[in-house]
Order: sequence, then structure tokens, then C-alpha cells
Amino acid sequence: MIPASPSPRQCATIVSHRALFTAFFKIGVLGFGGVTGWVRQIVVEERGFLDDREFAELLGVAHVLPGANTVNLATMLGDRYNGASGAAAALLGLLIAPILILIAVVSLYDRFAALPDVQGALGGAAAATAGLMIGNAYKMVRAIRRDAAAILIAGAAFLAAGVLHLPLVATLATLIPASILAVAVVERRR
Amino acid sequence: MRSILGQIGLTFSVMSLAAVGGANATLPEIHREVVGALHLMDDATFARLVTIAQTAPGPNVLVASAIGLHLAGLGGLCVATLAMILPSSLVALGAGRTMRHFSSSRAILVLKKSLAPIAIGLMLASGLIMARAADRGGLTIAITAGMTLVIAFTRLNPLWGIATGAILGLACGRLGLSL
Repeated sequence: MIPASPSPRQCATIVSHRALFTAFFKIGVLGFGGVTGWVRQIVVEERGFLDDREFAELLGVAHVLPGANTVNLATMLGDRYNGASGAAAALLGLLIAPILILIAVVSLYDRFAALPDVQGALGGAAAATAGLMIGNAYKMVRAIRRDAAAILIAGAAFLAAGVLHLPLVATLATLIPASILAVAVVERRR
Repeated sequence: MRSILGQIGLTFSVMSLAAVGGANATLPEIHREVVGALHLMDDATFARLVTIAQTAPGPNVLVASAIGLHLAGLGGLCVATLAMILPSSLVALGAGRTMRHFSSSRAILVLKKSLAPIAIGLMLASGLIMARAADRGGLTIAITAGMTLVIAFTRLNPLWGIATGAILGLACGRLGLSL
């Protein structure tokens, strides 16, 4: 079997170690209350490393693998463009600033966390970060809106995890076979 | 008796490979291990470390780093972080390469296409869960809704929205209004 040759689009996208590091550095440092909302914003919208479809596929893979989704995504994206050292560059970018900030926060937390100003500002920022996440998810929904089966599966995943709070493993074990079936049926009809 | 660093390394490497759904989904398991089985800290300390990790920016796996730092200083932080990240990253590296190698195969194409809508639904669900966690009343709901609209329909840098949220939160506290 011939190793997969990169698609023309992948060839056209040259992403250096430095670009990987800085993109994920930004995701790490800005990601208050979770980084997922920033990942699409920066990887798709700002840097154009991936389009919406590629991003959704890679995020899907990152979800089913063990480990944090953003960490998995950084690893796979870095490796795709620059091999293991690219993965290391993306991971280092993602983690270095948050770890240093964490060390600082641990030593400051007990003194400042109870201050009402800090509480208020963090509360407002967390609410905005939730909006960042929903807005980015909306854009991904928009990208699949013509695919009725995909919308149905996305809706079921949303309902299971967001409304019914079912365990993730059960949700994945049900939805992955259902989705594969739907995709296979639609592809066969074409 | 195992050294504390060895114990941290072992515990979090196991968590790393068990953490389907990310660190937040694994939190109950980490709690069961660190507080329950190993008696390394009490409930209040665990809750405080989780809050600190979530206050700081970055991915939520940093909760492992915070626990490591608390238990064994900077060495503990390094061991916990590496143990939580490396095993799952190696799996991701292998999976990514395998999928690229067989990227022309129909099975991989179908699998990737099948996972995408699930990821989209889960992302929307995480947004809702974050919005609920951040909800302290009318103002926080308005901030979340406003930010959602700005992100969905404009190309404005999200930092403006987050800064506005922080300032509104601070101002409301100062004015004696609840958020």
C-alpha cells in the first residue's frame, strides 16, 4: 500500500514549528474556564490551519481518544504538519504559560480569590467564555446544516451530554455506530 | 511504600489513558483515587485545587498539575503533568498517523465523517454546561447570550467580549448589584 499522499490543500498549507507553538500558546493563555472555545476560533478562523469540516473530523477523533481533547488535537495537528517535534511544539505552546500562571495562582489564590472585584470579573469572563464556546459550536452546526443525518446525530449528542447528562462512554457507544450507519447509507445512495 | 512522586506518576498515567472525554469527565475518578483510595488530601483541599486549576487559563488537565504541585512541589507538578499528558498523547500520535496512513481507505473516511457531527453536538453541550456553571443571574445570562451572538455573526476578536464580560462583572459587584 502506498503511504497516503497529502491532499493538495495540505501541501499548500505550510505550518512551521513556530506557527504551531504561537497558535497553541495563544489558545492556552486565553483559555480561561476551558480552552475548547478558543481552539476553533484560532485554528480555523484566525490561522486557517484547517477548514470547518477538517476541524470537526479531527475534533471527533480527539473526543473518542483518551486524554483531554485540546491536548489530543494539538498532538495530532502538530504531528500532521511537522512530525513528533511539531506535536511537541504545539503541546509546549499549549501548556507552558498556563503552568507558569498556575504556579502563580496557587500562591496568590488564598489572598485574592475572596475579593469581590476578582469574583465579579472572573464571573463575567466565565459567562463570556461560555458564549465563545456556543458561538463557535453554532458556526460548526452551520457548516453541516445541509446534511440532515449529521444534524440529527449532532442534536442527539447535544441532548445526551448537555441536557440529559448521560455518561460520555454510553453516549459514544450508542451514537458512533448510529452515525457510521447513517454515513454508510447516505454514501451508498450516491 | 512507594515514593510520592512514583505514586503521582502511576496514578495520573492510569488517569491519562482512562480519560475519555477529557479531564472534567475524569474528575470523579481522580477524586476517588486521590482522596478516597490513597488518602493524599481531604475533600476541601481537592475542591480548592480544582477551583484553582479552573481559575487559571489553559486546558483542564492542569488539575493534575495543581494536585502534583500541592503534594510534592515543583517536582510533583512536573511528574503529574507529564504523566497526565504523555500516555494519551502517544496514543493520539499513533492514532493520527494510522488514520493518515489509511486516509484513502473508505472505512477511515466513513469513521471520520461519522465522528464529526458527534464532536459538534458535544461542543454545543459543553457550551451549555459552561453557561449553566457561569450563570449567577440575569447579567451573566445576558453576557453569555451577547457573546454567543457576537461570535456567531461577527468576526470581532473574542478578547473584546471577554474583557467586556469581566468589566461588567466587576462593575456590577462595585455597584452592589448581583451578577
